[in-house]
Amino acid sequence: MKCYIGIDLGSTTTKAVVMDEKGEVLGRGITNSRSNYDTASRVAKLEAMISTRFTLFHRSLEGLAGLEGEGIDRLLDNLERHFRLELFLEQLNDLHQTCAANSDDLRYPGQKEKICASLDVVFNRLGQTLQKLFGPGVKRKSDFFRDLAGTEYMNIAEETAKELGTSFDTLINVYDKSIIEVENRPPNDDMEGKFLRALEQVLKEDAGLSVDADEVMKVIRDVLAIDLEETFVVGTGYGRVRLPFPKEHIRSEILCHGLGAHLMYPKTRTVLDIGGQDTKGIQVDDKGIVVNFQMNDRCAAGCGRYLGYIADEMNLGLHELGPMAMQATKTTRINSTCTVFAGAELRDRLAMGEKRENIMAGLHRAIILRAMSIISRSGGITDEFTFTGGVAKNEAAVKQLHELVKENYGDVKINIDPDSIYTGALGGAEFARRAVEEA
Amino acid sequence: MSANAQTEVIKDLSMLKQKEMIARNYDAITSAPETGQKVASTFVPGNLNELINSFGMLNNLPEINAINNGMRKQSGAMIMDAERSGHSEDVCTYVKADIGMMSKGNIAPNGKPMPAPDLLLLSYTGCFTFMKWFELLRKEYNCETVMLQVPYTGDGVVTDNMRDFVVKQLKEEVIPTLERVSGNKFDIDRLRENLARSAKAEDDLVWVLDSAKKVRSPIDAYFGGVYYIGPIFTAFRGTQDAIEYYQLLRAEIEKRMEAGLGPITPEGDMGEEKYRLVVEGPPNWTSFREFWKMFYDEGAVVVSSTYTKVGGVYDQGFRHDPENPLESLADYCLGCYTNRNMPSRVDMIENYMNDFQADGLLINSIKSCNSFSAGQLMMMNEIEKRTGKPGAFIETDLVDPRYFSAANVKNRLESYFQMVDQKRQSSRQF
Repeated sequence: MKCYIGIDLGSTTTKAVVMDEKGEVLGRGITNSRSNYDTASRVAKLEAMISTRFTLFHRSLEGLAGLEGEGIDRLLDNLERHFRLELFLEQLNDLHQTCAANSDDLRYPGQKEKICASLDVVFNRLGQTLQKLFGPGVKRKSDFFRDLAGTEYMNIAEETAKELGTSFDTLINVYDKSIIEVENRPPNDDMEGKFLRALEQVLKEDAGLSVDADEVMKVIRDVLAIDLEETFVVGTGYGRVRLPFPKEHIRSEILCHGLGAHLMYPKTRTVLDIGGQDTKGIQVDDKGIVVNFQMNDRCAAGCGRYLGYIADEMNLGLHELGPMAMQATKTTRINSTCTVFAGAELRDRLAMGEKRENIMAGLHRAIILRAMSIISRSGGITDEFTFTGGVAKNEAAVKQLHELVKENYGDVKINIDPDSIYTGALGGAEFARRAVEEA
Repeated sequence: MSANAQTEVIKDLSMLKQKEMIARNYDAITSAPETGQKVASTFVPGNLNELINSFGMLNNLPEINAINNGMRKQSGAMIMDAERSGHSEDVCTYVKADIGMMSKGNIAPNGKPMPAPDLLLLSYTGCFTFMKWFELLRKEYNCETVMLQVPYTGDGVVTDNMRDFVVKQLKEEVIPTLERVSGNKFDIDRLRENLARSAKAEDDLVWVLDSAKKVRSPIDAYFGGVYYIGPIFTAFRGTQDAIEYYQLLRAEIEKRMEAGLGPITPEGDMGEEKYRLVVEGPPNWTSFREFWKMFYDEGAVVVSSTYTKVGGVYDQGFRHDPENPLESLADYCLGCYTNRNMPSRVDMIENYMNDFQADGLLINSIKSCNSFSAGQLMMMNEIEKRTGKPGAFIETDLVDPRYFSAANVKNRLESYFQMVDQKRQSSRQF
């Protein structure tokens, strides 16, 4: 079947959206951009294709006896869990092999055998421990391989090195050298095999399902037999020039965000997007066509990175900032959205005895104030107003936005989609679809 | 420059001629201590080149030196030098490049030191910073200084009073100072001859600028335009050299038109003309080539620009007039783009949008130029309203390389071009 794909290469994350010829979204995928845009776009696309298969599974399983109510979702959740485990174990095995190959390095003369023996033990233990992350009901903090494997490898390698008298440093060096290679290598082509093995596990494990296993297997096989053709791909975002695409496959993120927001909320006239390193104010018409835009200049003041920097300064996780700001009893005035100056201002306020929560609220207000200035330069806010980008997930930023929009523009409907991070990729996919279907 | 040196640059006869003229002028300036010729420092907008020359003096333009240093990638270090000596980051970077150039020995592009000016002649035409700049130079050189106070055309019209006021100053202050510094008596006939030559060259310049009205413009009126205005805006107005340069240029452009060619770029003839733009604001000089490439690679041609009018708005009909020498110098100064109020600037841009069949207006706003960046966004909105054509706004700087973010500018330009495309498509569809 025809698939239209939009890929948004952001400075922090890379997103992909797959759309069918009617413009319906089939799948979404996201990965961290690292500093390798080629890999990031490949991984995001692969993830979106996997998510597409699940959408298609869902459509085909509907109406099947025994899968009424939440039955389909339960089956597919379990299928995804096992499928992820398959993928994970394949990658873990790849990491094992790569580490073994890298232990042949000149820096460890004559130690290869000893290192390999230690690696065998480490990876055996690692596999056993990490499999648990894919148990029913277990919530993984991330699906990025490095996040899952990294911390645990450190712990297990330390303990194993002690037991076997191997150098811990060497085990870490070998890992460091191998992880990037492995991360950047795509999984092997046998996606179908992985899905089917996962399905077998699900059917074996879930006794509560009263379905005809053969029938389910047939439906899944039929879906897997569908060829997902990459009919047209459009790339957008900060890293778009790095995409190995011809020029007509590359669209500005301004246009993609405008169109994406229009598709999510057709009455959108003003879009605010706050991403990792830029803030965009976009005005669109009733067809999603951009009529004006403004964005920050070369300085990333007041963008997502600003929050990242503040989180580092405060020794907090990025996702803890919003909730902390929500605890504020008042909003401390922060003058600077300059990432560098804000660090100094933050320490200043702390030294003056201000509560961290109040300072956090002030920092979020500062970001939104800057965004408001960019929006007003693009022509102000016209009902409806759609907020997108990573920062739209931050509740404290959203709260400040609501307040400032009301103060400056009165009652305006503000739209924030839970999938707003995919807005640019969605617009890209629609451009891809139009390039073929409306050509 | 090294990256550019690898691709061979195509040069026309007019380009070689201009290059030779500039080199000769720098040689004349740097050898002034030996030849005994006197040197006046003055600025481009409102410059009184015909008058200065009529006294046998040379004309040295500090902001042209700054541009030169910007294009030769020298200005960054000069600006940092000026900042070390106490000039703030927000100060006009032409000023800082000039001050930094002095601290580095004031070396001209020919490798020889510039002589100290014998006269600072400030023709004040709207840029407040110019005045402060010359105050700094006066302190440095302690030489004769004269200021021609040109009234700002706040109501958009030049009145007889304004003209009389300028002429009076020319007679009572500027000319006596020039006589004193040069040691020569004022010779009105010599001035008339110079002005007649100016008018001749101005005719050809206007013809060249107007050639962009043709769809499939044979010129780029911004990136190419800054070269075309070179002789008229600088030390050559009123000279035979300028007449010859514009004759050569006009002939070349005529040929391009006949052959149906687009503008010439550093990489040869430009391909398909996809977008016709009007640009407001000076170009960025430190990444001039890179900046230009962002346009011609996308098929964007600038068909008209306001920057090519800062040294005179000849396309609006003004000519230097030998019959009324001092009055015409006054009119010239009063009419400079920099001396025009906001509504006249908007009207002018609106006319350009219509006369040149432009697809949109692009504003390159200069970070360190407070006098001309103020109000530009409102000008853009007004043009959008009047013409229904989309505008775009980018920010760079004159000669501070730190203020040019290539990825950011490219991003905005590409978005803008695609926006123009999308608008066109939708107006066809619906």
